[in-house]
Amino acid sequence: METFIHRIDQVGAQERVSRLFSRSIKKESKIDALNTVLSMIDLTTLEGKDSPGKVKQLCYKAAHLHDQFPNLPSVAAICVYPTMVPIAKKALENTNINVASVATAFPAGMTSLEYKLEEVKRVVVDGADEVDMVISRGKFLRGEYNYVSDEISLVKEACGQAHLKVILETGELVTLDNVRLASDLAMEAGADFIKTSTGKVSPAATPPVVLIMLEAIRDYYKKTGKKIGMKPAGGISKAKLAIQYLVMIKETLGQDWLDADLFRFGASSLANDVLMQIVKQSTGVYQSANYFSID
Amino acid sequence: MNKKINKSDFKTDWSYSPAPESTDHIKIVKKNDLFINGKFMPPEKGKYFKTINPANEQKLADVAEADKSDVDKAVKAARKAYDKVWSKMDPSERGKYIYRIARLIQERAREFSVIETMDGGKPIRESRDIDIPLVSAHFFYYAGWADKLSYAFPGKQAKPIGVAGQIIPWNFPLLMAAWKLAPALATGNTVVLKPAETTPLTAMKLAEIIQEADLPPGVVNIINGDGKTGRAIVEHEDINKIAFTGSTDVGKMIMKSVAGTGKKYTLELGGKAANIIFEDAAIDQAVEGIIDGIFFNQGHVCCAGSRLFVQESVADTVISKLKDRMESLIVGDPLDKNTDIGAINSKMQLEKIKMYVDIGQKEGGSVHQSSCGLPEKGYWHAPTLFTDVSQSHRIVQEEIFGPVLAIQTFRTVDEVIAKANNTPFGLSGGVWTDKGSKIFQVSKSIRAGVLWANTFNKFDPTSPFGGYKESGMGREGGLEGLMPYVNLV
Amino acid sequence: MSQREDIKKTYKLYIGGKFPRTESGRYIKWVDANNKGAVNICRGSRKDFRNAMVTARDAFSGWCSRTAYNRSQILYRIGEILEGRRSQFANELILQGSSKKEAGNEINQSIDRLIYYAGWADKYQQIFSRVNPVASSYFNFSYPEPTGVVSALAPNNSSLIGLVSIVAPIIAGGNTVVVLASEEKPLCSITFAEVLHTSDVPGGVVNILTGYRSELLDHFSSHMDVNAIVYCGNESEEIKLVQENAALNVKRPIVYTDENWLSKNVQDPYRILNTLETKTTWHPVGI
Repeated sequence: METFIHRIDQVGAQERVSRLFSRSIKKESKIDALNTVLSMIDLTTLEGKDSPGKVKQLCYKAAHLHDQFPNLPSVAAICVYPTMVPIAKKALENTNINVASVATAFPAGMTSLEYKLEEVKRVVVDGADEVDMVISRGKFLRGEYNYVSDEISLVKEACGQAHLKVILETGELVTLDNVRLASDLAMEAGADFIKTSTGKVSPAATPPVVLIMLEAIRDYYKKTGKKIGMKPAGGISKAKLAIQYLVMIKETLGQDWLDADLFRFGASSLANDVLMQIVKQSTGVYQSANYFSID
Repeated sequence: MNKKINKSDFKTDWSYSPAPESTDHIKIVKKNDLFINGKFMPPEKGKYFKTINPANEQKLADVAEADKSDVDKAVKAARKAYDKVWSKMDPSERGKYIYRIARLIQERAREFSVIETMDGGKPIRESRDIDIPLVSAHFFYYAGWADKLSYAFPGKQAKPIGVAGQIIPWNFPLLMAAWKLAPALATGNTVVLKPAETTPLTAMKLAEIIQEADLPPGVVNIINGDGKTGRAIVEHEDINKIAFTGSTDVGKMIMKSVAGTGKKYTLELGGKAANIIFEDAAIDQAVEGIIDGIFFNQGHVCCAGSRLFVQESVADTVISKLKDRMESLIVGDPLDKNTDIGAINSKMQLEKIKMYVDIGQKEGGSVHQSSCGLPEKGYWHAPTLFTDVSQSHRIVQEEIFGPVLAIQTFRTVDEVIAKANNTPFGLSGGVWTDKGSKIFQVSKSIRAGVLWANTFNKFDPTSPFGGYKESGMGREGGLEGLMPYVNLV
Repeated sequence: MSQREDIKKTYKLYIGGKFPRTESGRYIKWVDANNKGAVNICRGSRKDFRNAMVTARDAFSGWCSRTAYNRSQILYRIGEILEGRRSQFANELILQGSSKKEAGNEINQSIDRLIYYAGWADKYQQIFSRVNPVASSYFNFSYPEPTGVVSALAPNNSSLIGLVSIVAPIIAGGNTVVVLASEEKPLCSITFAEVLHTSDVPGGVVNILTGYRSELLDHFSSHMDVNAIVYCGNESEEIKLVQENAALNVKRPIVYTDENWLSKNVQDPYRILNTLETKTTWHPVGI
């Protein structure tokens, strides 16, 4: 693994974020953005109290975001715990929506490598199209980068045809220097996507973290020609913030990443806020949550 | 990814729709008279000149031109106000007037931002988020000094000088007015201020605020005109102090003109700052700092980072990232909230910039410009950089005052410090490195009045600003900014 | 036609940006010099003080990380709001024994004092910091930082100007404060709390208690989380107690024996410096 340290200045990074977030997205560009955001959402339920009923309802919502409004894109995927994968697969069988499963002892990742790989293989057999793994943060913070890297490579192998998202859990990495290092490490080790958080730790995805990860992807692409995807997860419930992230993508990575193939939002309530904005843009009238199904 | 994502039909080439700042809530006075003794009055000779919007070349308003007799009227008003009212007033009461001005500007901030953008060409994002907030902050900061001067200069009492003549440039019109007026008033002086002839409108609006704040008549007088009016102010016998921000050439003329007269003066002149990127810098943030250093305000900045020095080992990376970043800069209507680079302030300035770009190419430099389109009408220049240039090239030595960056590489610390100092200017500099001791060593060695480490173009009313060598003398901002306006006894 | 009845004000405490009653439920009947105009004031307890200390500590990190410019603007705003509420304070001052002219003057001085300290909030750093020319290759700089949470006993002989003169420099320096109002003239203190509350001062930065000094002085001076205590008064026994208790955690005891709080002599930046600590940092200069 390359040992080139890519330094990050936190204050400078925050200023770049502020500049990007001062962009004003209106009219047609706003409508385009809202639709793009919708198509990039991984509708997520990851609770201890999840049940087949909950998951089925979420899947239905994923395929029927707001039937009253025509021509809406559908979300990119559903994200669930391993035991719910077969339920989700069945519920989504007549749609193009993917099933993503968390694995590797999500969210803490504090079990043996053996067990993690077994879990990954299991969900792939059950039909998961995408696997979201967590890195071993304790090992990372101890400087055991080879361990972290090898673990990712082995999980990637176990994924087979499924694509692999690597969750860095940036809230526990704390510094932007660490976020950059972890991003580079994950991409070198075989990640198809790098993802910010499990959503179980605060802070989850924050703007400077997302910026640093996008820049890491850009540098990796310039170096290798490979396009790696990015997924911020947790803390994104407002359409306005999601659109600001699209601005960030556009001005850091460009058109190719403005696509669900390379960018996802890990969110649950974001979809309804985006729907409200879409309807508002169309009717000119501010909306109420009462008019949009929860699931 | 195995499956195709279901999408409905919408444009995949996403660009930003126009996001214009609204102008329907502002009032631009069509005929702006001279502001003397608390009132607007017509010029003696009845001459007016026009001010235009450089983004579309349309006339915005007519502005009175002050001739020698108008200047004399203004100075008399300032002198009377000084003798009879302002110097006699309790300092804490003086401070209250200045606080009022600060608060009134905050209340009318958006109007000021819009007019600043229309009159001068700078993007609304900058006038709204940077210029105008700094303006009110400046007045607010100095208001507080009015009754505290006994603490500012240990062992000395600070007394006002009398009447100050102040001449300001077109690149930060209202901000330069604030930089000049606030410390002068706080220390008990009265003022005759001349805005630049291409950007008089926000100063005229400020005159309205001054009336609203009930400032005693004659304490601040604002008169417009070009170099001739400026000269009349500089040469007026009853002015005790001159404050000037502008080109080094005019600064030298002023120094010669006041020689032997006993007048005090401060000068804020040109610059050709070195912005130095070391191999151990946080590279992405440094690239952003380069962009901000030379393209902020279209490069119309005396302290612009116009000479880039990149350590050779990271030069290719930095320049490649710089070119990528330049592509995302939006040049266009200054009133559009997404515009990064606005209009060049005047036809004259645009010709000057083009001339230098031409010279640079003739001198053998390699030019690179972003691929942005430029609007038809108005004065525009794409962000530009030169490589394959050296200290001996004119475009590296002379101040261009536009969005044009000259890039050189270096190998050692000593080399870059020598080259950074190898200029008659000395206003500012930038050093980018992750290593703290290097920051202190380099900033200690560079002969410039403002050093930015791991940042660039940062301003604050509490922070002194001013140059070494031919970039001027005297400081504005902070405690040091009081000195030019007091006699220490 | 019957006369209109007033809605009389209830005087509560000001803790953590809220107006709770004293948790002890006790009261003090305040009356004017003629034994008239009775008002029930909260008799603050040590638990009220303890609760106020918790919120003051919570509020400290936010308050001291704000920019000096922001603190300066907030202090100015307190002055703006006080200016607008003159008549309410004038009534209370007159009730507490001032003449109309004296009341007007005290209010003027109080507002001007707030503006005075607003002006220092972003300048004291410049007169109290230094770069020190040490005899080795180091950049050495000293600058003042707020000490933290300050407990304070406002002057007894003043209802408004004394309180303002104590609170303003403490918070201008970035500290938070728990202050016990004048025992003799408590009325303006809670009204002043209302002014603070509507001036963008974050909850917990200033906490105001009413009550008996004799009951509370021991707690104000012995609490282990107080970083500095400001005592206003002349009682030698009380001063001795404050200084002895301060030894428990080496909190800084600051004693002001001033009598005339209307005078300009009691306002200066050293009143801010008294609640600041100086930090000196060394950094090598080299490549």
